[in-house]
Amino acid sequence: MAGFDLSGLTASFGGERVIGPLTLNVKEGDQVALVGKSGAGKSTLIRLIHQRVDRESSLVPQDLGLVNALPVFHNVFMGQLDKHATWYNTVTLVRPFKQDRKQVLELLDALRMSEKLWIPTASLSGGQRQRVAIARALYRNAPVLLADEPISALDGPMAHLVMQLLTDRFNTSVIAMHDVNMAMKYCNRIVGIQDGQIALDEPADQLVASDIMSLY
Amino acid sequence: MLSYPTVRTSLIFLAIALVGLLFADIAITANNPWRDLGNFFLGILTPNFFSSEGLLTALLRTVAFAFVGVTVGGICGFLLALIYRFLPVRIFCAFIRAIHELFWALIFLQFFGFHPLTGVLAIAIPYSGIFAKVYSEILEEADPEPGRLLPPGTGTIAAFLYTKIPDCWAQLRTYTAYRLECGLRSSAILGFVGLPTLGFYLETSFSQGMYSDAGAMLILFYVLIATIPLWVRPKLLPIYVLGAPFFLGDGLPIVWGNVERFFTEDIIPSPIRDGEGLAGLMPWLEELFANEALPGIWNTIVLTQIALVATGILALLSFPLISNHFGGPIRRTAGHVFLVIARSTPEYILAYILLQLWGPSMLPGAVALALHNGAIIGHLIGRQTNTITLRSDAVTGFKRYTWELVPRVYRSFLAFLFYRWEIIMRETAILGILGIYTLGFYVDSAIQHIQFDRAMVLILITALLNIGVDALGRFIRRKLALQTMPTC
Repeated sequence: MAGFDLSGLTASFGGERVIGPLTLNVKEGDQVALVGKSGAGKSTLIRLIHQRVDRESSLVPQDLGLVNALPVFHNVFMGQLDKHATWYNTVTLVRPFKQDRKQVLELLDALRMSEKLWIPTASLSGGQRQRVAIARALYRNAPVLLADEPISALDGPMAHLVMQLLTDRFNTSVIAMHDVNMAMKYCNRIVGIQDGQIALDEPADQLVASDIMSLY
Repeated sequence: MLSYPTVRTSLIFLAIALVGLLFADIAITANNPWRDLGNFFLGILTPNFFSSEGLLTALLRTVAFAFVGVTVGGICGFLLALIYRFLPVRIFCAFIRAIHELFWALIFLQFFGFHPLTGVLAIAIPYSGIFAKVYSEILEEADPEPGRLLPPGTGTIAAFLYTKIPDCWAQLRTYTAYRLECGLRSSAILGFVGLPTLGFYLETSFSQGMYSDAGAMLILFYVLIATIPLWVRPKLLPIYVLGAPFFLGDGLPIVWGNVERFFTEDIIPSPIRDGEGLAGLMPWLEELFANEALPGIWNTIVLTQIALVATGILALLSFPLISNHFGGPIRRTAGHVFLVIARSTPEYILAYILLQLWGPSMLPGAVALALHNGAIIGHLIGRQTNTITLRSDAVTGFKRYTWELVPRVYRSFLAFLFYRWEIIMRETAILGILGIYTLGFYVDSAIQHIQFDRAMVLILITALLNIGVDALGRFIRRKLALQTMPTC
């Protein structure tokens, strides 16, 4: 089960409702781009979906959630901490197993940063840190991707590379992003959020960029 | 000026100390204190490193006891830190750290005797309480976000190892290394109650007037502390930790009968032991309070307050010695040497030396406490002033001190001072063993008279007094919105 039906999604902040109540149905194969101006509630919606979908998702949160003192390898490996026994995780912390090293290295290779495998994430640049968080989501390999501005710190070619990778690896996804062109190019469904409500929900191929611009 | 709460608080404490001075027993009673002091400094200038092999053994034992004690304390403290959020654990830790290492040693001596276990536990128990508190504070400050974003279903242990520990690792390591230095000091003074560490050697040399031997010991001790970064290396640490237990010496075997008797007879209040029941307990307690506890508490508080203010004054006077804002490199180097020596010498050793030279009164105690603690705070504040950049036309000299620097560092100065208040009181109580009439004096004499029941009640009172001052110090720091990092 990769799709999900969520209804009655609401969130309040300081007593003020910022989201919903709204209903969102995502079918398997939907690659949803959440668009809307900043403050519209995209991040909140991603968090809400994550809470509901729970185990079934690979998450790329906006603040990345990296452990700065650990090397890139361990930060990526953390995407599968729930799949291994405690002893296995503990040994990995000291001395990673060969097959895990190989898997993580392949992912980093795809993200063009395999040389950073043993570098603590604290000493990486913003864009590199973002790619580590993406690598963790890829490594987790859940049926659904939930990503909040996953390419905000990446330059042009790298942003395209990452989006291509995410679309290839995840059949079903919800990605919040502010770049309308990227959204149209890599997603097949566009959901526009305005004042905490769904203001637009159309297949990407039936929209032109100007339809979306009205949200901003 | 008076409208600042920090200034008002300082003046109140100054006034309390001045009133305390009226009641305090401050005198130099030795016949020729300056000649003795001169002889002592002559001893330091002409150290004798080769008088006996005892010195090296004492040094080895000091290091061994410190390593074993701090390791055991660190492990127990870490485990306690994991459950520190439970109130009973917090109370338990507050209690065991409120009792000074020397008191613990005195207790264990009564039933384990001169067995290595006595020295190890005397360090490990109070250090567990301190480690538990500081470790839990460090772990609490870790960024909670990575933990929240872990895959759901991640085990608690894996989550802890992957998100908490790496984030806190540097701080945990720094603090533990710092505690090791404290452990070396604690280990050295355990010699004063008869364990085979440097304190024992110092006391022996002093009582025989062999100042050159004592001087050699002090110099070795400073070198040992100052070179910690050189010989305590992460790669060597496992060797030290595993090897240390083999260098504690044999001591004397434990007589288990003594252990049993201690708990079933010795520490039971004598009226109950003699079958007088609870009716006899009240007069016993009343007598103990009137003749020992109250005078002990009074003297402890008086000396603590005097020493606290003297510490503050010395810290304010000494921080310019190492501050980049004054003078040249020569004076700063001299300042560093003075502050390193004053803060590496345990206050107990300073007090012991001064007491030998000046005779018994509160004066040696107050001076020792002020020197040691003042040098620690002066060092921390001096270092802090080095991070301050002044505008290029800032005033110089004394005006710079009073107008530019003191106002900027005064809050953190007060924070350090109130943090050390409880530490100063703990030390004040223990100085009683040297013959100053604080609580430690009454504990020590009760033990000498084999009245362990009385000693235990007095130690309990000392612990409660420390916990009270700790709470008061925290209250004042919160009221004045002062923050600090832990120092020992």
